[in-house]
Amino acid sequence: MQNSAPPLSPNHALDARGVARRFGARWVLRGINLQVRAGEMVGLLGHNGCGKSTFMRIVATLLKASAGDCFVYGSNVKTEGDAVRHHVGFFSHVPGLYDDLSARENLAFAATMLGFPEADIDAALERVGLMHVTNERVRGFSAGMQRRLSLARLILQRPRLLLLDEPYNNLDVAGIALMNGFIRELNAAGGAAIVVLHDLVPARGVLDRTVIIRDGRVHTPSAGDLIHDGASPQAITAAAGAAGIS
Amino acid sequence: MAFRDDMRRTRAIVWKDLTTERRSKAGFNSVAALGITILVLFGFALGPDGAMLKAAAAGALWLAVLFAGVLAFNRSYQVELEGGALEALLLYPGARWAIFAGKLIANLIFVTAMLVIVVAVGIVLFQVRIPAQWPSLIGIMMLGVIGIVALGTFYAAMSSRSRAREVLLPLLLYPMLIPVLLASMEATKAFLIGDVMNATGAWVQMLSLFDVIFLVATFLAFEYVIEV
Amino acid sequence: MSPVNTNAFDPPKAGPWVAIGWLSFAFFVFTQVFAVMTSPADAMMGHLQKMMYVHVPAAWVTFLAFGIVLVASLYFLMKEDERADLLAASAAEVGSLFCGLTLVLGMLWGRPTWNVWWSWDARLTSTLVLFLIFVGYLALRSFVEDPQRRGQWSAAVGILGAINVPIVWMSVRWWRTLHQIQSNPRGLSPEYLRGLLLNVAAFTLLCIWFIQRRYVAARYERAAEHASQAAALGGNDE
Repeated sequence: MQNSAPPLSPNHALDARGVARRFGARWVLRGINLQVRAGEMVGLLGHNGCGKSTFMRIVATLLKASAGDCFVYGSNVKTEGDAVRHHVGFFSHVPGLYDDLSARENLAFAATMLGFPEADIDAALERVGLMHVTNERVRGFSAGMQRRLSLARLILQRPRLLLLDEPYNNLDVAGIALMNGFIRELNAAGGAAIVVLHDLVPARGVLDRTVIIRDGRVHTPSAGDLIHDGASPQAITAAAGAAGIS
Repeated sequence: MAFRDDMRRTRAIVWKDLTTERRSKAGFNSVAALGITILVLFGFALGPDGAMLKAAAAGALWLAVLFAGVLAFNRSYQVELEGGALEALLLYPGARWAIFAGKLIANLIFVTAMLVIVVAVGIVLFQVRIPAQWPSLIGIMMLGVIGIVALGTFYAAMSSRSRAREVLLPLLLYPMLIPVLLASMEATKAFLIGDVMNATGAWVQMLSLFDVIFLVATFLAFEYVIEV
Repeated sequence: MSPVNTNAFDPPKAGPWVAIGWLSFAFFVFTQVFAVMTSPADAMMGHLQKMMYVHVPAAWVTFLAFGIVLVASLYFLMKEDERADLLAASAAEVGSLFCGLTLVLGMLWGRPTWNVWWSWDARLTSTLVLFLIFVGYLALRSFVEDPQRRGQWSAAVGILGAINVPIVWMSVRWWRTLHQIQSNPRGLSPEYLRGLLLNVAAFTLLCIWFIQRRYVAARYERAAEHASQAAALGGNDE
């Protein structure tokens, strides 16, 4: 299956070609083709179970594609996982925290694993508004606080390719603003992002373009292309409706 | 300096595993309690006769450690599966063996602590006299624990993430550990009944051989097991 | 351009294998009859000795099959060729079958010889451990659905299991010598050896044929999955 051409260019944050994945006999992804340039922010829409999360997990090296090739900044996710993991920051459905460690300990562990200095921890905690609970165990945190702590970990990491899987879940208005601020900041620094969404409204003004996954493939309907910076929420909802997203 | 980075990650995982384990004391206490319970049950099975107990003490000790240890191995990954921590762990850069080394060392410390308790209780329950060469006995016990923990940590990485994990881990692990168990039991027994023959040296060699072979094999194979 | 090679399945040609199968069976019948006819009754065991012509070849074939598991598993981890995974699985199934046969025959032999069904004889005991190790291997395969995960996990378990075989054998032997009960292996006189070697050859052929049949079946199963893949991926966009 390795009749692969070399990646487009190392400047591409993501170059996915015919990425397919099955679970048992069921094909969730049937050949995703998606190129994301460095500095580009792409929204990913689709019905529940259309394979958005599966695709994100493949890009993050957590899952192997059944077929197809995928490159992150020129590194093959299948064969050069370690290089890819240096670039990728993944914000998934699950917090990925240890309940019996405190907020600070969780970040200290992450910093060590990432190879970053622990000195930045306070700044990250401050930024996500968790300074008042730094030494409390995560077990007592609300879902929103856990999301904020996961975000603090991403802030420590400052990845070049941000993979956000429904990042606004469980976040309040301030949390959403925090998330968008962070995405813009990474964008300004030349990073790219892929954001899985079921609702475009919170991501207003953040995305450069939106693609839709349907039947395990990428659709780029004209309505989706209309969604860009500055569009009103009504226009976005209308566009999404036209594109078949409920 | 990639190696030093990975060593740092290993240390972080050891610290993390032991800290979470220490804070949920229920885990260690109940596993140690189970070890003691198994010893008591062996006592009932073997009868109150002192000579019989003494002869069977080594076997009972090791089986208690094995049965209780299996719970520890699955627990060690259970922590990672709650809240999707394993996903985060796999997303960090660095070599996979660093993760295995961290879990292995944490489990070694956990099982050794349990062994201390089980042995202390076993000495009392099975009316064993502490042999004069007890430092050598400790060495043999450590060799046995390393073998059990290396394979236990390795197989639990699979079983904890599969269906029927309660059955699968013992089914995979126990037959594989038979050389370790035979060697540990026989060597321990030789010390306990004060009859250290040449055979003991052979068992120590076998334990060392087993440990070296399977430490290398599990370190090499861990990447294939954890990444899917 | 489709990145997916939908022609991954090249059905194995049955041609010579049908003939090999029949020849193996015919050879097996011949070697059994030959060995039984040519060997005189043993001084100690009488005609019970004839069981050797099934027991020993079955044991040999068990080791052969698990050797194949080891090599195929290593190859799978290195090359990610799913055929190696299927071959390892087929060899493990056939190997467990012969391993079980060896055990049953060993017990049948033990009953009149030592007057017990099970004697904790070193060879018999290590064969039992081997059997248990590969029961675990097959159980693991049945518990894991995802083919990639199943392949990698069972390859790791298969390799570690195969590495352990000589260590288990050694440890059980030492354990037995320590307890000072030994079966007495004697040199075989030529009239027995000839029949034995012929039967070893016949069993080897049969084993290879069994593994090949099982492997082909596994390939067809996998081919059905590939066909569904081709159907699912048919007509890529762009």
